[in-house]
Amino acid sequence: MTRLLLKDVRPYGEGDPVDVLVDGEVVAEIGADLQVDADEIVHAGGAVLLPGFVDLHTHLREPGREDAETVETGSAAAALGGYTAVFAMANTDPVADNAVVVEHVWRRGREIGLVDVHPVGAVTVGLEGEKLAELGSMRRSAAEVRVFSDDGHCVHDPLVMRRALEYTKSFGGVVAQHAEEPRLTVGAQAHEGPNAARLGLAGWPAPAEEAIVARDCLLAGHTGGALHVCHVSTAGTADILRWWKSRDTAGRVSAEVTPHHLLLTDDRLETYDPVNKVNPPLRTDADVQALRQALADGTVDCVATDHAPHAAQDKDCEWSAAKPGMLGLQTALSIVVRTMVRSGLLDWRGVARVMSERPAEIAGLADQGRPVAVGEPANLVLVDPDAEWTVRGAELASLGQNSPFEGMQLPGRVVATLLRGRLTAHEGKVRR
Amino acid sequence: MRHLLSTEGLDAATATSVLDTADTLKQTLLGREVKKLPTLRGRTVVTLFYENSTRTRVSFEVAGKWMSADVINVSASSSSVGKGESLRDTALTLAAAGADCVIIRHPASGAAHRLAGWLDGVGSQVVNAGDGMHEHPTQALLDAATLRERLGELAGRRIAIVGDLLHSRVARSNVHLLRTLGAEVVLVAPPTLVPTGAEQWGAEVRHELDPELPKLDAVMVLRVQAERMHGGFFPSAREYSIAYGLNQARLDKLPEHAVVLHPGPMLRGMEIAPAVADSPRAAITQQVSNGVHVRMAVLYHLLAGEELGA
Ligand SMILES: [Zn+2]
Repeated sequence: MTRLLLKDVRPYGEGDPVDVLVDGEVVAEIGADLQVDADEIVHAGGAVLLPGFVDLHTHLREPGREDAETVETGSAAAALGGYTAVFAMANTDPVADNAVVVEHVWRRGREIGLVDVHPVGAVTVGLEGEKLAELGSMRRSAAEVRVFSDDGHCVHDPLVMRRALEYTKSFGGVVAQHAEEPRLTVGAQAHEGPNAARLGLAGWPAPAEEAIVARDCLLAGHTGGALHVCHVSTAGTADILRWWKSRDTAGRVSAEVTPHHLLLTDDRLETYDPVNKVNPPLRTDADVQALRQALADGTVDCVATDHAPHAAQDKDCEWSAAKPGMLGLQTALSIVVRTMVRSGLLDWRGVARVMSERPAEIAGLADQGRPVAVGEPANLVLVDPDAEWTVRGAELASLGQNSPFEGMQLPGRVVATLLRGRLTAHEGKVRR
Repeated sequence: MRHLLSTEGLDAATATSVLDTADTLKQTLLGREVKKLPTLRGRTVVTLFYENSTRTRVSFEVAGKWMSADVINVSASSSSVGKGESLRDTALTLAAAGADCVIIRHPASGAAHRLAGWLDGVGSQVVNAGDGMHEHPTQALLDAATLRERLGELAGRRIAIVGDLLHSRVARSNVHLLRTLGAEVVLVAPPTLVPTGAEQWGAEVRHELDPELPKLDAVMVLRVQAERMHGGFFPSAREYSIAYGLNQARLDKLPEHAVVLHPGPMLRGMEIAPAVADSPRAAITQQVSNGVHVRMAVLYHLLAGEELGA
């Protein structure tokens, strides 16, 4: 078994630096100045040690669009971004609405071995919103699918949504909803507001999200099923979730926010550069501030990237023809540092909660999001909180280069990632 | 001017200078049998239209030809829109083939901006001839030229824009330009056809036309596209016509000197009564002929230099 010694680390950024011995797949010892034999020593210089990040919302594009991302390139981006587990969305081609496709993605993840890849199963056949996919078969497959989503599309038929919540309850599944009322968003290209109106872009009104979230909370409460709200983007949605969570029945509703919705606003529409096109769209500064508060106070449970790589030709075109989506895996931590840590809204325990513990709990992962403690699985990330770096899309591991943070100087950098005791990324390089 | 993409951000001095040039060109060509100036000889102007608009394309084509430019018309089928690479590749092909100026009409808002971004490196210039629901700057300039001829200075004038503001690039371009030139603008439409935040455009927003009429110096009637009538934006064409149609009774409520404009093509009977459209108060054919001079002036400013010599 390999023994790895992390020297001079600060678990959760607290106290004086200590050493952490990882023996095999577990944390074996934590103490000041450990004198032990090790196969490899990582000198961390006081970096913050956290449980490895878990992303509930990743698009890996395989199968079907391997020119935009593959399980392999996406896994590399995840490891470099501090992730030890990612959930690969089902809107691939073919759609992951059956055991064969989810097992393929899961197996590719295992072969590559940089991050635990958990396929998300589609809720409905072909993401069409009409007929439930074989949710139980996907659950019983080797991939053991527990999270189901038609992401990219909303499960808009209330009866189908009700049945999905009821049916997945029997095996502890969770339905992750892309909340977008389709009749209110026909042709929508940008947040409905003064900027879109001035630029002549068809609006995506906030109530189109809020109405579905409110409805789904009621359905989750009625059925006892588990609802997870994807990429919350409006202040109104945060209010609905806050109200719902103040009720006794609220235990089965969770929600995520993306890094880009914590930082960027629809002011970025100005250039018509489709790198800023995302669904749900970038909203207003008031929404951004409300989402930060909601994440800080637990109304929104966690951060999820909605990492959505695209090939150049799908972004280097006119706005309405461009595909929505942005890269997220390698910049998420830095955006959280900038928006939540530097602003004093979260400490490092809070970062561990929103990027690791809560997403692992929501998805029912037993060995992820665990405390940094002796005897726990060594799924870990080391973060240099003081580092500053400049984002260069071309230098990121994803095949797509559509980062909205291109050229931006960001704080905080992942120094190393450990998956079950093995270094998967160190100092900006993937370790295979 | 590097490109003409929008009237938003176009400063008053530049706009006035274009209008003055258009005026000069009009006087120069007045009564000439051969309407041809040598100004743009050897320059290549391409019209790249992803939407049919004979009126606008011909106006640009005539403008280019009267200035002796080589004009090439490219019609791209709108079925190629959506395959994202097509616009970029087409643009770069045209630039490589030596187009000095590309005039683009496209169903996507922002298409002209994107095109300008791709062509900046190769030095070709771009004129936006209408992009989605965004802007149509030369239409606004020709409207302003027409209003100047009828009313004189626009500063302090009160102008209503009536109809489908939500989907209208003509409205957006006119609001910006008329305000820049010092006019007061009042937008009149049912609430379903007013874009969110239009009150931030520096124009007043009203839902009733009749109370506005006696205060106006001009009324710009916008086209209501057929698909909007069935899109639930208002209950029926009849109801729209009753509330917002410019009929004879409404024309009579306007001050004597007030002008009626319409960017065409007109829905006679619904948006505008035939008698109003054909009345001497309407400046609709004048708009069309001014369109050529204004477009000549725009090409001149982009391709030949800043000021017209004489
Ligand atoms: Zn989504």
